[in-house]
Amino acid sequence: MTSPRRHFAGLLVLAFFLVGTLPQANALPAFARKYGLRCSACHEAWPMLNYFGQKFKDNGYQLMNDRDAPIWQNPSYWPVTFRITPFWHRESTDKVAVDTPTGGTINRQISSSGFDHGGLDILSGGTLEKNISFLLVPSSDENGAFHMESANVRLDNLFRSPWFNLKFGKFELDNIVSEKRGLTLSANGGAYQIYHFIPAGDGNIFGQIGDNMLGLEWMGHSFNDRTRISAALLSTTDGSPDLSYGSNAYSAFFAASQAFDVGKLGTDRVGFYAMVGEAPTTYLTQGGVPIASSGIGNKSFHREGFVGLFYFGKLDFQVVTQHGWDSEWFGAGYGAFDPGSGDLPLNNTPGTTLPTGARAPTWNGAFVETHYVHNPQLIFIQRSEWVRMSQQALPGTPSDLGSIDNYVFGVRWMPIMTSRAGFAWHNEFSWIRLAGFAPNGTDLTSNSLMSGFDFDF
Amino acid sequence: MLTKLLQRPLWVCGVAVLTLTANSSAQLTTYDLQERLATESHAGKLHGHAKDSAMNYRRYCVGCHGELGDGNGENAQWLDPKPRDFQLGIFKCRSTPTGTLPTDQDLYDTIGRGLDRSNMPVWNALSAQDKIDLVAWVKHFSPRWEREKAGTPILIPPEPEVTPERVKAGQEVFGRVQCWKCHGVQGMANGPSASTLTDDLNRPILAYNFTDGSRPKCGNTDQDIYRIFMTGLDGTPMPSFSDNIKPEEAWDLVFYLRTLQPMNGFNTKERQIAKQLGLKPVRPTQ
Repeated sequence: MTSPRRHFAGLLVLAFFLVGTLPQANALPAFARKYGLRCSACHEAWPMLNYFGQKFKDNGYQLMNDRDAPIWQNPSYWPVTFRITPFWHRESTDKVAVDTPTGGTINRQISSSGFDHGGLDILSGGTLEKNISFLLVPSSDENGAFHMESANVRLDNLFRSPWFNLKFGKFELDNIVSEKRGLTLSANGGAYQIYHFIPAGDGNIFGQIGDNMLGLEWMGHSFNDRTRISAALLSTTDGSPDLSYGSNAYSAFFAASQAFDVGKLGTDRVGFYAMVGEAPTTYLTQGGVPIASSGIGNKSFHREGFVGLFYFGKLDFQVVTQHGWDSEWFGAGYGAFDPGSGDLPLNNTPGTTLPTGARAPTWNGAFVETHYVHNPQLIFIQRSEWVRMSQQALPGTPSDLGSIDNYVFGVRWMPIMTSRAGFAWHNEFSWIRLAGFAPNGTDLTSNSLMSGFDFDF
Repeated sequence: MLTKLLQRPLWVCGVAVLTLTANSSAQLTTYDLQERLATESHAGKLHGHAKDSAMNYRRYCVGCHGELGDGNGENAQWLDPKPRDFQLGIFKCRSTPTGTLPTDQDLYDTIGRGLDRSNMPVWNALSAQDKIDLVAWVKHFSPRWEREKAGTPILIPPEPEVTPERVKAGQEVFGRVQCWKCHGVQGMANGPSASTLTDDLNRPILAYNFTDGSRPKCGNTDQDIYRIFMTGLDGTPMPSFSDNIKPEEAWDLVFYLRTLQPMNGFNTKERQIAKQLGLKPVRPTQ
């Protein structure tokens, strides 16, 4: 055996030794600490929930035994978890307009790599009393600028029935495939495209079902959580506080699903969701700048789709579809502005007319995310996602402008998954193509490669 | 003399062998468990296999019950009551007579129902197949299932109609078999023996408080209550009263115990009858 081979063999032995001697896997560790359960009890792989974890969440972060009220906890117990991800990554975009010495621009590929870290999530959740639960998540970006990701209180099991639960505040919409609990983290793979899709030139930011929103949610479920149904009334602000946009614009989100046992294969679930709403397209201005909260001229939008969770032993498939529709006013660019930025949106003041031939933009999308759960500590991930424009708002717009293809592959190994902390070595590659988004009107592609340590405690 | 010298090492060796044998049978090893992976379970049309449940046990159960099922998981030190030691093959919630093994259905029901006033959750989010596989896994920890068959479930006669006479008769049974000694004369778990109770492993244990709204560990239907005091809760100080009370008296006792419980609504028929009768707590007797 040559020396390099011997070294390689030695490293392998060392790696196997380390793998073999690390503690057994066992995620909001605050919940795990409270109930003495391993993360794996609630998470298929942290942070994605399994059926038991979904039921725990639907019960208001309660196991529904007599240990749910905080009075049962040691006085020193503090329901707080911190999560952050230091990582190395490489980002590459194939066509970026860059200046040339002669004063023109050319398209060229830009790639960069280096060490980085994600934002900090501070997650505090639990019960204030039996059947009164809360979730508070101050979250920072990579530079430490905080916003309130979640802030809600929930009245659980009203009238002693699991069918009456009321949540109030800022919360994640009842997406059975949760992006907030997604297993992918890279720049081009960390989000579900259809949860945030906005057609090119469209002014409606309010239909992003992946964003946490402000409102009131009623949710009901059967005792074993096989049947779930919810309806939420939301302020059309895309989760921004202070009524930044319209003064009287509301949206609604509906979701329902049914799970059923399929013997040795596991438990499958099928369901649907729908979001309908309206948002302002007219703003009063001051010095030409829109005045926050003055939005009127509401126009409508909706998204709807099917959801399926299908288990085949260790292999599972999550399928989500979406059909989206925005009013032609949004499609023509009327809608949201960025409060405080001084951005001037198109303003639908009296007498405004739409461009000739303007139509409501529509699109269809879907993703299939596959997991192979070798064991609760080792999971392989794949996601393929497609969004296709079916109707552009303005005549002459290329029919596929804004269509998306996104592919993600990852492996996540969690050597530590105890009731006190979670630690995952996360590796991921993602690739995305945005049709017609390159400076020269051709397709723009980007890819991300990352490897990092995702941990919480 | 020579004989004596020869005999002594033999005698010592014999003791050592016996000690080692005793130890090896008392301390389960992963090797023993591998040998029992063929353990099966049956409940209704469901058939479970221990070998199919290793990952689910590791995912859901091992943190408390431990790799070897001995109740010594990483969280056990923080829990009260302590997790069940499956190696002993002794279970509280059974439909079978005291001292016998529970049926697979009993274990299946316990997993799906959970155990109130403990850290054992309601695992009904798991599929029926997952639960029956876990039953086989639980069984594979104890050699008892290799030596014994599960007991025959006790017969529960049809529930009679509740009447004032039956409630009064139930109170008489409550006093006669001295339930109050542990559970207290008002069912508040404050009887004279309550503070001294320990389980079979000599760990302190609480009597059930009928008045605090919590569910009994082994189910809350009238049939469940009947079953609890006719089978006893093995491993705890709660004995089986099947030799002390007749079936109709057991139903009377169920009705009286319902008068102590606030949980199914305060205006249960039993509570209304108790109010009409002006029932006072039983008087302690020796």
